[in-house]
Amino acid sequence: MKDFGFSVIKQRTIDYDQFDGRLLNEVLEIEPSFKVCLSCGGCTATCSAADLVSFNVRRMNLLLRRGETVELESEIQKCMLCGKCMLVCPRGINLRNVIMLIKKSILKYKPVNS
Amino acid sequence: MKREGKIQVWQDYQKEIADDHYFYVRSCIRQNFFPGSEQTLLKILRKELNKDIYENPHHTSCSGIGYHSDIVPFDTIQTIVARQFALMTEAGYQNLAVSCITSFGIYNEIIETWKEFPAELKKVRTFLKKATGREFEIPQNVAHASDIIYKFRNEIATIGKNRLINRKTGKPLKIVEHIGCHYSKMFPSKGVGGAEFPHVLVGMIESWGGEVVDYPERRHCCGFGFRQYLVMSNRGYSVSNSRKKFESMEPYKPDAILCNCPGCPMFLDRWQYVIEEMEGKTYGDNGRGIPVLTYEEMAGLVLGYDPWDMGMQMHQTNVEPLLDKMGIHYDIDLKYAGKDGKLIGKPTMVGCGC
Repeated sequence: MKDFGFSVIKQRTIDYDQFDGRLLNEVLEIEPSFKVCLSCGGCTATCSAADLVSFNVRRMNLLLRRGETVELESEIQKCMLCGKCMLVCPRGINLRNVIMLIKKSILKYKPVNS
Repeated sequence: MKREGKIQVWQDYQKEIADDHYFYVRSCIRQNFFPGSEQTLLKILRKELNKDIYENPHHTSCSGIGYHSDIVPFDTIQTIVARQFALMTEAGYQNLAVSCITSFGIYNEIIETWKEFPAELKKVRTFLKKATGREFEIPQNVAHASDIIYKFRNEIATIGKNRLINRKTGKPLKIVEHIGCHYSKMFPSKGVGGAEFPHVLVGMIESWGGEVVDYPERRHCCGFGFRQYLVMSNRGYSVSNSRKKFESMEPYKPDAILCNCPGCPMFLDRWQYVIEEMEGKTYGDNGRGIPVLTYEEMAGLVLGYDPWDMGMQMHQTNVEPLLDKMGIHYDIDLKYAGKDGKLIGKPTMVGCGC
């Protein structure tokens, strides 16, 4: 390959025709409290891991709902399961269960070629 | 809506294009990368349509490249534009014909500025007088050169020798039209069809027998952007824009891309080669690229001009697939022969399945 001194930037477009919602559906089915999340960010503000690394619970929610499972897999490893997010959640969502469900099932739904 | 209503609404999207007597200002990029295109336009207007089009050898760049990359101040570019208008006034012309889309945007921007802020006009008149001793009148009509070809598209179709029809199948060729951003996105009233329904290239394609391809990223920028391509490390942004368009148009299998901007055909043409080198990906038939044409070249092909006389060997993405489909005879041995038959040199880099 020739070196042109620049490269093609990876597209950030999400094609909803290619959307894989299986992991999201599974999480919502087993932990329906996650349906009422209003993305207030309280979980992210209080997160212990976010003090140390670039972990963002609200962003994890967004990745899950967009079906971006490859990025979600690496993000989810940063959670230390301390449960502080559950103490501040105004909707009483069992976030620790959500994280555990994602960890448990993500390999099942990860794209083969990733 | 009733048909009469539609006609009335469409009238609002029209622009006035002068019929004759044009003062022509050239494009820096077009004459460097598609050197035959401007000569082809002059030939079509003078020889085929018997129009009066004059260009003064003392006219300069509008300096739009410098202005858009924050090097040339607004006062300077206004004075440069005023000097172009002074040359037009001295030659006795009132209708400006602009080859470049960037310049077209610049001229419209400055004329609008002078309408809104008369003090600016007064100031620029003083600058020009002090610098050159010249005076000027504002053009009565500003048309992009593609507007003029659009105006006379049916006349060109009538006298043309070729149509945008696949000679083997008899079906219309599928053409992607790409409008330069500075044509009607800045001042919608200055372009045929405005920003919403740009018709300048659609009209040409349909008049010449082709079929326009509508695809999701049809109105996306080609990625030119002066700030993107002037700095090498930023060019990834530019090529990514073009790539987005190629990916979007690929399923529709277009036979060619038609542009009215100088920069767009350059990037849509060159980036196909670069993407092939980077990713091994081509977007045309049989591992080849999609030929990219300027509207002058397309008009020239319709009129039966020799593609090599129009400088089409300068394209990095080969145009032969389109010529073959249109049934245009060309001599491959003369592709790199200059005017006197002397070899002008062959490119060391050829792209897109050559």
